[in-house]
Amino acid sequence: MSESNGALIEMKGISKVYDTGKLQVEALTGIDLTVREREFVSIVGPSGSGKSTLLNIIGCLDTPTDGSYRLGGEEVAGFGGDRLADVRNRKIGFIFQSFNLLPQITAYDNVELPLLFKGTSARERKRRVEDLFERVGLADRMAHKPTELSGGQMQRVAIARALACDPDLILADEPTGNLDSNSGADILHVFQDLAEAGNTLLVITHDNAIAQRTERMVTLQDGRITGDGPV
Amino acid sequence: MYLRNYLRQFLSDLLTQKLRTFLTVFGIIWGTASVTLLLAFGEGFHRQVGINFKGLGENIVICWPARTSKDWQGLPHGRRVRVTDEDMKLIRSQVPQVARISGELSDSGTRLRAGRTTVAPQIVGANIEFSEMRNMIPDRGGRYLNPIDMGSKRRVVFIGDQLKKDLFGVDEAVGQHIYFDGVPFLVIGVMQRKTQDSNYSGRDEDKATIPLSTYQAIYGEEYLDNFVFQVAGIDDVEIAKDGVIATLARKYRFDPEDKEAVLMWDTTEMLVFMDAFFLGFRLFLGIVGALTLVVGGIGVSNIMNVVVEERTKEIGIKMALGAKKRYVLGQFMFETLLITAIGGAIGLGIAWTICAVFPQFGLTDYVGDPTISPQVALITTGILGSIGFLAGFFPARTAANLKPVEALRM
Repeated sequence: MSESNGALIEMKGISKVYDTGKLQVEALTGIDLTVREREFVSIVGPSGSGKSTLLNIIGCLDTPTDGSYRLGGEEVAGFGGDRLADVRNRKIGFIFQSFNLLPQITAYDNVELPLLFKGTSARERKRRVEDLFERVGLADRMAHKPTELSGGQMQRVAIARALACDPDLILADEPTGNLDSNSGADILHVFQDLAEAGNTLLVITHDNAIAQRTERMVTLQDGRITGDGPV
Repeated sequence: MYLRNYLRQFLSDLLTQKLRTFLTVFGIIWGTASVTLLLAFGEGFHRQVGINFKGLGENIVICWPARTSKDWQGLPHGRRVRVTDEDMKLIRSQVPQVARISGELSDSGTRLRAGRTTVAPQIVGANIEFSEMRNMIPDRGGRYLNPIDMGSKRRVVFIGDQLKKDLFGVDEAVGQHIYFDGVPFLVIGVMQRKTQDSNYSGRDEDKATIPLSTYQAIYGEEYLDNFVFQVAGIDDVEIAKDGVIATLARKYRFDPEDKEAVLMWDTTEMLVFMDAFFLGFRLFLGIVGALTLVVGGIGVSNIMNVVVEERTKEIGIKMALGAKKRYVLGQFMFETLLITAIGGAIGLGIAWTICAVFPQFGLTDYVGDPTISPQVALITTGILGSIGFLAGFFPARTAANLKPVEALRM
């Protein structure tokens, strides 16, 4: 998959500057970060530290102002709209704090979306979506609208959706932030299972308890990495 | 390949925003019905005017011999030009563009009686070809003048449908006699009802037509009041007119350039004018209708802009999952075109229904029946398609150009 010694994410000198016209705000400065395959990493830091900006760049939702970003050996820093969409579709599975399920369509249709964008055949989509619901234990909830599900169930659907295209990297942004502690613990178990199954996971959180469950913790402060080491 | 997906989301959106969707579609319904009806009424009116106009005759020129206005070959101006039935044969042999020709004599002094009813209509003496030139077609059960009537100067009469009603009411007229100042004439035919918007000596429905030869014999008229000729095609009419004048000018020795020696009413001029007028008229109606439809289109475009705004988050999520620009563009184009198509279909249906019931209102003779011709349908569909496309394109482009990170933040 990647030609460079098992590294999935290779960031060198990444910076992000927001130009508001009068004012230039530096959100990230000189980020060097390498994440190998099968790692379970947490990125922590207070709000305003640049966590979200870093997540957006890692997730190819945004582009860095400067620096090099290789994802699975592919330099993506210079990519434009549709090529980035393709990278997101094939390589990254997102899990958001507020689930971000589309409310008008069923859980099944939500999970099917990434496969639809990938161009997977109808038969393969059906097989794959049913399989995913089986894995997250919601096979009996496929036909429900997201609003008819509990928070924990919604996040499970979101996880199923993130796994739909067999991503190289699973990116989670405060995945338990909107859940009660029971559901939160439940979701963390799922994450640990995913990590043990050999997935690469990157979780952004300000909750130390969650960070403690990961293998490696990267600390951000004022747009710089101030700490990086095993938990 | 996204069609099912697009459709499902459109339907769920439609159900959550029933009133808004209805109002949006209504703008298109209204516009489509307007443009279709205006074009259909324009088309129907044009046809009806054409039919009314043809009541007088198609491609005909009516000529009145008058007085010369120029000196010619030593002869003074102001001489009367008198034309006989013999000259009709001369013109026919000299001017090949003349397809049909007939002399005409008419007067209204004679009293006609049938049973107890007496009237004093216009009496016309004409030849056989007059019937087809002037669209005086015999109704079933009757006939027009024939060569034997002409040759034997028979006392037979062909009457207009209104005159028939005046004289006979609902009774059968063919085979009955009408007394012309006491002289019996056999009714051989009644004119089929026609609409006629122009005439030169009263409407044909009120006239009594007898053979020209009979007319001349009874009233002692040698010279024709006027004559009518018809050309095969509208392109022949100028050559035919020049030919007719030249033939008469040679025989009666007047200047062929003399415009007053024989006065001519060329009905094709009006036809040309009418075609130009109706082109403008229909263009006007089409533009008015199209503008109404454009207003509907603006409504759709507005709503689509609002929809894009409302669904920014949804677009962001889809982009995060790997949706490309063309998917987002396609989704909003699809929704706009579907709204336009649904509105257009309903609007066309309403217009079609109105066109279908309109003939029952009895206004056909005046404004014609609105007709949705293939041309009208094609124009409407074309305008509708372009409006749908334009209304959808700009909001859809806005949606497709959203940055995923910004859209997700909504």
